[in-house]
Amino acid sequence: MRQHLIFIAAAIVCLSVLPLVAEATGQLALVGLTSRIMIYAIAAASLNFILGYGGMVSFGHAAFFGIGNYVVGILYFHHAEGVPLWGFIPGSNQLLITLPTAVLVAGFAALVIGSLALRTRGVQFIMITLAFAQMLYFFFVSLKTYGGEDGVIVRGANDLFALSLRDKTAMYYVILVVMVLFFAFLWRVVHSSFGTVLSGIRQNERRMTAMGISSYRYKLYGFVLAGMGAGLAGALMAVFMRFASPDTLHWTKSGELLIMVILGGVGTFFGPILGAAAFLILQTYLAAWTEHWQLAMGLILLGIVLGTKGGAKGLFDSIARKLRTEPR
Amino acid sequence: MKKTILAFSLFVGLATSALAQEPVKIGVITTLSGPGGYLGKDVRDGMQLAINEEGGKLGGVPVDLIVEDDAAKPANGRQIAEKFMNEQGVKLLSGIIFSNIAGATVPDIVDNGALYISANAGPSGLAGKECNENYFVVSWQNDTLHEVSGIAAKDLGYKRAFLLAPNYQAGKDALEGFKRTFNGEIIGEIYTQLEQTDYSAEMAQIRAAAPDVVYQFHPGGLGIAFVRQYQQAGLLGKFPMVLSEANADGVMLKALGDAVIGQVATSHWAEDLDNEANKAFVSGWKAAYPDRPLTTYASQGYDTAKLIASALKATGGVDDIDAVRTALRKADFVSVRGDFAFGPNQHPVQDWHLLEVVKGENGVATTVTRKKLAEDIGDSYSAACKL
Amino acid sequence: MTLILEQLLNGLLYGITLFLLAAGLTLIFGIMGLINLAHGSLYMVGAFVGAWVASQTGSFWLGLPAALAGAMLAGFAIELGVMRRLYARDHLDQVLATFALILIFNELTVLLFGREPMFVELPASIATPIELLPGLVYPPFRLLIIAAGLGVALGLYFLINRTRIGMLVRAGSTNRDMVRALGVDIRLLYTMIFGLGALLAGLAGFMTSPVLAVQVGMGEQILLATFVVVVIGGVGSIKGAFVAGILLGIVDTCLRAFLPGVLREIMAGPEADALGVGIASMGIYLMMGIVLLFRPQGLFQAGG
Repeated sequence: MRQHLIFIAAAIVCLSVLPLVAEATGQLALVGLTSRIMIYAIAAASLNFILGYGGMVSFGHAAFFGIGNYVVGILYFHHAEGVPLWGFIPGSNQLLITLPTAVLVAGFAALVIGSLALRTRGVQFIMITLAFAQMLYFFFVSLKTYGGEDGVIVRGANDLFALSLRDKTAMYYVILVVMVLFFAFLWRVVHSSFGTVLSGIRQNERRMTAMGISSYRYKLYGFVLAGMGAGLAGALMAVFMRFASPDTLHWTKSGELLIMVILGGVGTFFGPILGAAAFLILQTYLAAWTEHWQLAMGLILLGIVLGTKGGAKGLFDSIARKLRTEPR
Repeated sequence: MKKTILAFSLFVGLATSALAQEPVKIGVITTLSGPGGYLGKDVRDGMQLAINEEGGKLGGVPVDLIVEDDAAKPANGRQIAEKFMNEQGVKLLSGIIFSNIAGATVPDIVDNGALYISANAGPSGLAGKECNENYFVVSWQNDTLHEVSGIAAKDLGYKRAFLLAPNYQAGKDALEGFKRTFNGEIIGEIYTQLEQTDYSAEMAQIRAAAPDVVYQFHPGGLGIAFVRQYQQAGLLGKFPMVLSEANADGVMLKALGDAVIGQVATSHWAEDLDNEANKAFVSGWKAAYPDRPLTTYASQGYDTAKLIASALKATGGVDDIDAVRTALRKADFVSVRGDFAFGPNQHPVQDWHLLEVVKGENGVATTVTRKKLAEDIGDSYSAACKL
Repeated sequence: MTLILEQLLNGLLYGITLFLLAAGLTLIFGIMGLINLAHGSLYMVGAFVGAWVASQTGSFWLGLPAALAGAMLAGFAIELGVMRRLYARDHLDQVLATFALILIFNELTVLLFGREPMFVELPASIATPIELLPGLVYPPFRLLIIAAGLGVALGLYFLINRTRIGMLVRAGSTNRDMVRALGVDIRLLYTMIFGLGALLAGLAGFMTSPVLAVQVGMGEQILLATFVVVVIGGVGSIKGAFVAGILLGIVDTCLRAFLPGVLREIMAGPEADALGVGIASMGIYLMMGIVLLFRPQGLFQAGG
């Protein structure tokens, strides 16, 4: 535990000074890349929470990511146009309003979807979550007011009180703080009695039911919590990118989140951070290296799956080793 | 051997000029993977062709083209732009193919004080109220492509039109654009699905409606599937189509085969346009890529590079970005499409042509220019732009 | 009336294509317990190899054996090289590995065939539309696809119900471990099934190549619909894949064809169109959701 804390503190310090180092060495894009990694880490961690701890393989997690994304976009749209949504919901560009709204809306969507989807299990659960996400994707694509396929441009950026988040470094620190708070919160949840029950359901649902625990209700709570996490990440992404688009809901995005979780090691607490980092770093640097980067990416991913015995644990270590020797 | 000499002369050229000045970096964010991959490849190679003509220079200034694939994802486009600008000091950017990527990426670029010169996408969201002094479009404003098709349909005397487009923003804009200029009756309007592959249901409806003309906008592979199924359903002979520019480029014609021979299309550029710049471009392309059909995308990339050349010639570099912007605005270059000027929103004012698809010498479908449809027209959003 | 009939034929055609893809996928899924996201890539391989051979030789029909052989060889190669090591792994590792295969296949296709879509010329004899009924004009090539698909369905029915291999397949999809315990060479059986699935995917790819665009990424477009068919039909059930494929094909086609018209009767034109196409796009997912909520195991049990 103590070692853990030292490691975590060291990581936070490293992340805090990263913008300064990046500026000093001229690697300014590193700040943007790390911001994206942290945002995806939140989304992947929320998926990992239901997948790794709750045993629910959701193939539609991007739905909540995308909803969070759109809440920020739509609120900004109405703020900029000065016309309230449905005549009574005013728009906003204040981060302290947009983020919580996004989290709540995503949580509500997760409640509706989860309450239906959790009636199934196994492959059926995978497919039904996918079905809901795809339906939402087509829904947002057909919203002409909000740009349809083209998405909503958040031209003016969100503000945190008087601070404009157009400034990349300011945004970086906002993301960092939100991520640290999110992971601290997640740590509490995982190690609470709720987290233990959820793990118990994954290991042996029948036993938990026999103990008088309503597994459906616990799984639903978990699902809603994960949806809120993904909504938070999606909202941050919209603020960071100053753009909301339907491709954040597409099934390939759900697939990417799954891959980040698997890469980082399913059911490991900090795995999603490593997974998100590995995936995005690979993608960024391979794409800069060759236009046929997909081939290299595919071969590396395949090598990782086939090369590490039992997946998760070996993967975790080997990626950690790789990250340490990453030249940049 | 030829290559070595070329490489050597390039090297010598670069080495000597490097003493004089660092090459100007041009960042190209484009789509190279997935179904839209050939569009990005053609834009990039068109730009490279113009640079190679000058032996690695544009307007006498050595340039360095940095290209990266955005995989058709808006987030990737943003990330690449950021890297180009912040890390590699790029001041001139271009290359984005799809409007949604432009929507995510361009505002960030122009707010950063860099210049974005579009070689393809011209979304309406950036053409009107949100126009920017740092944003130029060399290709066209998206809607204009379809407004011109409306003019063509009217011009050909068609009265009753049937319209189809995918159910997304560009598709809806396309049909709106067509309706804006076509004064006849719209007897059917169908929105297809974005990931649809089979259009037989729509074919049956077209047959039942029996229109004078069909206008459809389906980009890339969707368009290939649509036109082929249109022909296989036996509709091509009965109900003529006005092809949008996106359905009549060299690659599409090759993929469609004989199906489209005899159809008409609209375009701002064609291989047979009779001007010196175009002849030089066409022969240059054929020498460099003998196997590859020539597309409008390549011509747009080429023109973009030529525009940049005109500005660099006037300024000698990108140190003074205001001077580069002023020089760009003059559009002091000879376009392969003939007349070219920038409108008030820095989108093109240019001519549009009616093309007919015919069988070329080698049996492959190609286009010939029939007439000028519209002269020196801009777009419908420029009035809203206050620059 | 002819319009409805024509739309039903169109739905049948789309359904047949979905069935050909889903048949292989459901067997691989049901018997080996493998989630194969790269199944669409085999469909792409079939289309590209067939189109390439057809354009090189100038004969459309020579493309057919080439497409089948190409897809099957690709299938054998990935079964022996990759899939074999994944059977014992959990679904998540399979998802990651087969996702990697999609990337690899797509990029290899770009390297081999280029980024431009390919063209397939149909022989004139089957390209010119014929009049089936008065007022019902239909391209013979489409009828041929429907006939071929029904033939394959019949063949599969015999293979599964009348042959020894079919018996093993049926046994395997109901109780995998029992077949293994009986001393059957399960590895060979797996390779055969995978090859068969790849062959059917290649057939679907070739048959649709004159109709659709042969281009990189075409496999992913149809992959999701195929999975929907597998799940609605019941994982491991060929009969289910057939029924669900046809059902989905017809529902999807009819929704697209008739829903906007129906909606236009009760509301304004543009809104009706937007709503209609929106619902039609969601249609197959909506169907899957409903089926799963009431029959979580799908319409049919495995082994049928």
